[in-house]
Amino acid sequence: MISNTIEARGPRPKHLSIGRIGMYCFIVMCALFFLMPLYVMLVTSFKDMDEIRSGNLLYIPKSLSFYAWPKAWGEACTGFVCEGLKPGLVNSLKITIPSVIVSVSLGAINGYALAFWRFKGAYFFFGLCLFGAFIPYQVMVYPLLKIESAIGIYSSLPGIILVHTIFGMPILTLIFRNFYASLPIDLFKAARIDGGNFLKIFFYVIIPMSTPITIVAVILQVTGIWNDFLLGLIFAGRDNQPMTVQLNNIVQVDYGVAEYNVDMAATILTSMIPLAVYFVSGRWFVRGIAAGAIKG
Amino acid sequence: MFFKRNLGAKIALLPMIIISLTVFVGCIIYSFVYSLTNSKLIPVFNYVGFDQYERLFKTRKWDVAVENIFIYGIVFTIGCLVIGFLLAVLIDQKIRAESLFRTIFLYPYAMSFVVTGLVWKWVLNPTFGIEHSMHLWGFTWFELDWLVNRDLAIYAVCIAAIWQGAGFVMVLMLAGLRGIDEDIWKSLSIEGIPKWKSYIFVILPMIRPMVITSLVLIAAGVVKVYDLILALTSGGPGYSTTTPAMYVMENFFSRANLGQAFAASIIMFVSVVCILAPWAYYEFYFRNREAKV
Amino acid sequence: MNNSVEVKKLSFNYGKVEILKNLDLDIKDGEFMVLLGPSGCGKTTLLNCIAGLLDLDDGQIIIEGDNVTWKEPKDRHIGMVFQSYALYPSMSVEKNLSFGLRMSNTPKNIISEKIDKASELLQIKELLHRKPSQLSGGQRQRVAIGRALVRDAKVFLFDEPLSNLDAKLRAELRYEIKKLHRDLGNTMIYVTHDQIEAMTLADRIAVMKNGLIQQLDSPKEIYNKPSNLFVADFIGSPSMNFFTGKFISSSNSFSLNNALINLNNYEFDNKPSDQNDIIFGIRPEDISVSDSQDGMEFKIELIEPMGADTLIWLSFENIPFSVRLEGSSEYKLGDVIIINFDIKRASIFDQKSELRL
Repeated sequence: MISNTIEARGPRPKHLSIGRIGMYCFIVMCALFFLMPLYVMLVTSFKDMDEIRSGNLLYIPKSLSFYAWPKAWGEACTGFVCEGLKPGLVNSLKITIPSVIVSVSLGAINGYALAFWRFKGAYFFFGLCLFGAFIPYQVMVYPLLKIESAIGIYSSLPGIILVHTIFGMPILTLIFRNFYASLPIDLFKAARIDGGNFLKIFFYVIIPMSTPITIVAVILQVTGIWNDFLLGLIFAGRDNQPMTVQLNNIVQVDYGVAEYNVDMAATILTSMIPLAVYFVSGRWFVRGIAAGAIKG
Repeated sequence: MFFKRNLGAKIALLPMIIISLTVFVGCIIYSFVYSLTNSKLIPVFNYVGFDQYERLFKTRKWDVAVENIFIYGIVFTIGCLVIGFLLAVLIDQKIRAESLFRTIFLYPYAMSFVVTGLVWKWVLNPTFGIEHSMHLWGFTWFELDWLVNRDLAIYAVCIAAIWQGAGFVMVLMLAGLRGIDEDIWKSLSIEGIPKWKSYIFVILPMIRPMVITSLVLIAAGVVKVYDLILALTSGGPGYSTTTPAMYVMENFFSRANLGQAFAASIIMFVSVVCILAPWAYYEFYFRNREAKV
Repeated sequence: MNNSVEVKKLSFNYGKVEILKNLDLDIKDGEFMVLLGPSGCGKTTLLNCIAGLLDLDDGQIIIEGDNVTWKEPKDRHIGMVFQSYALYPSMSVEKNLSFGLRMSNTPKNIISEKIDKASELLQIKELLHRKPSQLSGGQRQRVAIGRALVRDAKVFLFDEPLSNLDAKLRAELRYEIKKLHRDLGNTMIYVTHDQIEAMTLADRIAVMKNGLIQQLDSPKEIYNKPSNLFVADFIGSPSMNFFTGKFISSSNSFSLNNALINLNNYEFDNKPSDQNDIIFGIRPEDISVSDSQDGMEFKIELIEPMGADTLIWLSFENIPFSVRLEGSSEYKLGDVIIINFDIKRASIFDQKSELRL
């Protein structure tokens, strides 16, 4: 036995064990599986239709064709209108930005109220609200439609913003409340003694400390709202259809020949914003997922 | 005096209270009430008892939808849990380029269900997709035409869904794994326990709360699946990949049969409650017990 | 006596930082060796290297005659007790104890035999079916030790096991560990930053700072003859009084400004040269109030009553120093007292090298 003689000294000799090699193989294969669709999307969008028809899905384009991209952006047909995805982008922005602002603000003030100001019944309603997060949309869609019609905002921008706020409220309230509950309560007590009231403390003390959780909340909402399909379809109105709905129309509604390269270019365009948010935010994105799941 | 105290908080929480009551509770009640009617195009209160439910359970399409949601639910949930856990364990092994791998496994979660559905529709396309590629490479026996196969199409949906959701589970599991005390690993090392046994006998029981949370979150989301199927198969071929959610939406908007739609949606709601209730009970009851020890 | 553990020329780097440099340490069979030092001195790193949890950059570890430098922790005949005890939370005490043996397919009867013996010795027999969360701190520690016992470890390693506990529990468990060492007789290597634990438990203490052993001696030697300024200051509570001054060789005395302290009875290891800067150190308990007029006169400036003792603060040439008296002494602020001390109990250090003279 080598190590029994007085020869062994210093660091252990490193050898890549079979187990470690196998592990790397497995993880690389998984990575390939996960990357494959993205790769296929990219690659297909740069091919021309002849190559797509005759060639292999997984091969790099023999010659780069930029045909699909301008078409997807400006000329593809979504139903009766052939203006590509551009209007969809504008609509998605019009929907996402106000929705994120309203829903995050509401979540913050709810979380603040629940974390610091206790009163009877508060937790009951909070529980009810959380329960609402799990209810399938389909149960609430029609009655909501009726309510919004009654108020007169059905099928309009305010309508969809309200809907996103309603459905975003449970999870946002939860993460804000958990975050605020983890702040030192002494801070809050000191502020009250200094004469702060509900709103003053919120604006001057709490908001400045809320940056981390706000980032997480914004990321969650931007991704969720941008990627939404069903709610936009029902509540946004014909002139405000988000990009996801336009995308589905472009791909599913084919007049004549299906142009797969255009379809793929369109999917990439639609995913750009959430993917960009994901790549830029990295750790915050992960924190967002974990924050919602790890309740108190 | 009671009303004066915490007035600010009470006013601030008013929206939450109103929304919870009118939307979350109110809509359920509304849906339930009108499920007891035979409304067609518009909600009309013509009471017909549980007629709609009877009709529902006799509809072939609904049976298929329920069967699908079971298959999808089980395959998707188990697939995500197992793969997500495996990925988390692998990443926890101090591998190189950990951030890179994590980014790769999680990016699908950032994409819309519609995008996921459309991409996989393309990849699984029998004429131009993977099957075609394999044939071009000489594996002419290879078959991946699930999308046009009535019996297998639902599994294609599962694959796409797992591709998107496994990263989510991985993140949760990784958070759990990272919370394990270093000293436990040292102790396992001193005792000479092989890695895989460590994970099964010691680590997994320790992250059990996280596993259960993941399970509940995924399971609760199963019933909601709609966008993905619409994009991937449009419910087809035929209606072989239809789901309760699609059945509801069809009856609301294209088939103008509100009564049926309400009934189906209530059943969806009840099934979610059946999943959540035991877990909520377990959490609150057990949490309180453990807190006392 | 044989050496149970030998550390030869051990070097360990963390990135570019040298945590341990060329360290040598021999631990005798059955000895209770304490590695003592402030945070960051490398004591835990040294322990982890001995355990095999860390890979050395250079050097060798020999345990019970076996060169274990390249061996896995499980092959090193060691058991380890951690600060957090690291008991497996989902298993009962019995399962915790038997886990390692079960995983290596030891026959059931041998397992139960070993568990019986260990639980008997540590008095945890009634706790076998409880879970760790249902045990007190002291009980958890005994189970942690039991885990090492069951594996027939030759050397027991302790990584600050008492740091998480309150003072009273710490004192109780200290006593238990000492008793255990007496009963078992195994070699024990114990890491701590608490000098009281070190003094009470150790056969020898290795005082460490910045990856080097400052002094390796019995507790008594370290306390009475600290080999450098750091050891002198680190050991002893309340800490040693220090005065910086010069050595006057003509009168063989320590001079601070105009005051002189005669060093005739002091046992020098190395005599300093004239006018060298030296540091004079004396412990508060080695200074006493003189009943005769023999000694120096000082005025009491501050009194700290501590129950069993009272610490009074005086000043010598404007440098404050403390004197330990009986708790029952009745002095008041401003009282003038006469104190003296035995020069043999003092310690003199060179100011530059900080080494004992």
